[in-house]
Amino acid sequence: MSEKNIKLTLNIWRQESPEAKGHFEKFEKEISPDASILEVLDEINNHLEAEGKEPIAFESDCREGICGTCGFVINGQPHGPLPKTATCQLHMRNFKDGDSLYIEPFRATAFKILKDLIVDRSGFDKIQVAGGFISFNTGSAPDGNAISIAKEIADEALDAAECIGCGACVAACKNSSAMLFVGAKVSQFAILPQGQPERYERVQAMVKVMDENLFGSCTNTYACEAECPKGISVLNIARMNRDYFMAKLKTGTNE
Amino acid sequence: MNRLNQFFNSSIGKKLVMAITGIFLILFLIFHLINNLMLFGGPEFFNENVARLESIKPLIRVMEIILALVFIYHTYTGLKLWWKNKKANPEKYAVNANKENSTVYSRTMTITGSLIFIFLVIHLYTIWVKYNFGMEGSEDYFEVIKIHFANPIWAAFYFIIMIFIGFHINHAFQSAFQSFGWSSKKYTPIVKKIGTVIAIILAVGFASIPVYFFYISFGGQG
Ligand code: HEM
Ligand code: SF4
Ligand code: FES
Repeated sequence: MSEKNIKLTLNIWRQESPEAKGHFEKFEKEISPDASILEVLDEINNHLEAEGKEPIAFESDCREGICGTCGFVINGQPHGPLPKTATCQLHMRNFKDGDSLYIEPFRATAFKILKDLIVDRSGFDKIQVAGGFISFNTGSAPDGNAISIAKEIADEALDAAECIGCGACVAACKNSSAMLFVGAKVSQFAILPQGQPERYERVQAMVKVMDENLFGSCTNTYACEAECPKGISVLNIARMNRDYFMAKLKTGTNE
Repeated sequence: MNRLNQFFNSSIGKKLVMAITGIFLILFLIFHLINNLMLFGGPEFFNENVARLESIKPLIRVMEIILALVFIYHTYTGLKLWWKNKKANPEKYAVNANKENSTVYSRTMTITGSLIFIFLVIHLYTIWVKYNFGMEGSEDYFEVIKIHFANPIWAAFYFIIMIFIGFHINHAFQSAFQSFGWSSKKYTPIVKKIGTVIAIILAVGFASIPVYFFYISFGGQG
């Protein structure tokens, strides 16, 4: 416990069900600056449960910034004010004594609110199922160095592969576009040899499902890149656009 | 046809339409500005040059039709995207943090675009219709502009819209490159700068005309 506690006003979105009307509920809290924001919610929930009240529903799993489960909007910013930081990695020392926080779910037509801070991100799963994989023969694991890949290419692919599928890009975008997520998922394979056989089918299939699932259309505001906890670059969107045009020129699949 | 249709209805296909038509419109604006700056050469110089264009009238008519179609298609697709995106994102957050993650130019494309559209309709109605059908035998095209901008309301209106055209293009130029897929760590910062320079040249260049004519309407040196 390094510094003394801070007093915060937390306005947290409460919504019974997808159909119910939601509202902000106010909590005045004295908080250790060393607590993470999820720990603060845990503590509020302990009190609520002790009083026999309904706890605040929110998601988390790894709590170390790698799984993409957590995530809500703090004062208008998905994953809060710190750049390149997932919600679970956000500590209260980033706020000042007396601050007022508005905590609400990711909002987009494609992400239906299920309860309180939990949204339905299955649209992402559908996009992934459509093409976010490579096919190879099962059996013994392939030799790790059988295909040599230049360091710069491997780095770029790994940067794209850092996407944890959290949905903050959609939540940040004024158009609720999923292009950063899809761009990352397309790119991580598009630049590797293993991704080539399905390269053009993949991009067409994934974009088609993206469009069908009510995500908006990118207008290049780049809010996604600014809010992404993994700093996924919008260059991945450009690469996806390019691959999509090439796919339409080269193939007749997926009509 | 089915495949083409599917392409142009996809989110990425619509982006390509916006980018190609938008770049075409920027090219037009550059030519239009060069033409307009001839006003600073004085009445004789300007009128002579407008009259000279008579000899290539058929070509100009074809260009005008292409330009009108491109403009309408750009506007139509832009509004369609805006509508689709509004439906995809109907609710706002309690705290507006837009300025933390994006530029005002990028967020106002539909507004600046719509203002440009309204402006264009008025601009065609006042200047183009006058030049093509209302000259009554006179060839003093310069005088038309002079009278137009002696009115402070017209001068102010044109001036303000030119600022918004600058806003639109400042975002649009680099955005088109991104839409084409022509972005890279190395060149994108340069493309952004070039876009800003083009936006400033076009906005300042066009805006200088109403300012100049309003000034000489007070008897300033012409
Ligand atoms: C002289 C007139 C105009 C020029 C030079 C121009 C140029 C451009 C360019 C180059 C783009 C970038 C395309 C891209 O993002 O890939 C763009 C985007 C856009 N324009 Fe225009 N435009 C003009 C008029 C209009 C008008 C009249 C509207 C009417 C609504 C409009 C609405 C939009 C919108 C909404 C976008 C953003 C769409 C997107 O990024 O997906 N523009 N414009
Ligand atoms: S691109 Fe970034 S913000 Fe979007 S889902 Fe992936 S990690 Fe989350
Ligand atoms: S809980 Fe896994 S990233 Fe936050």
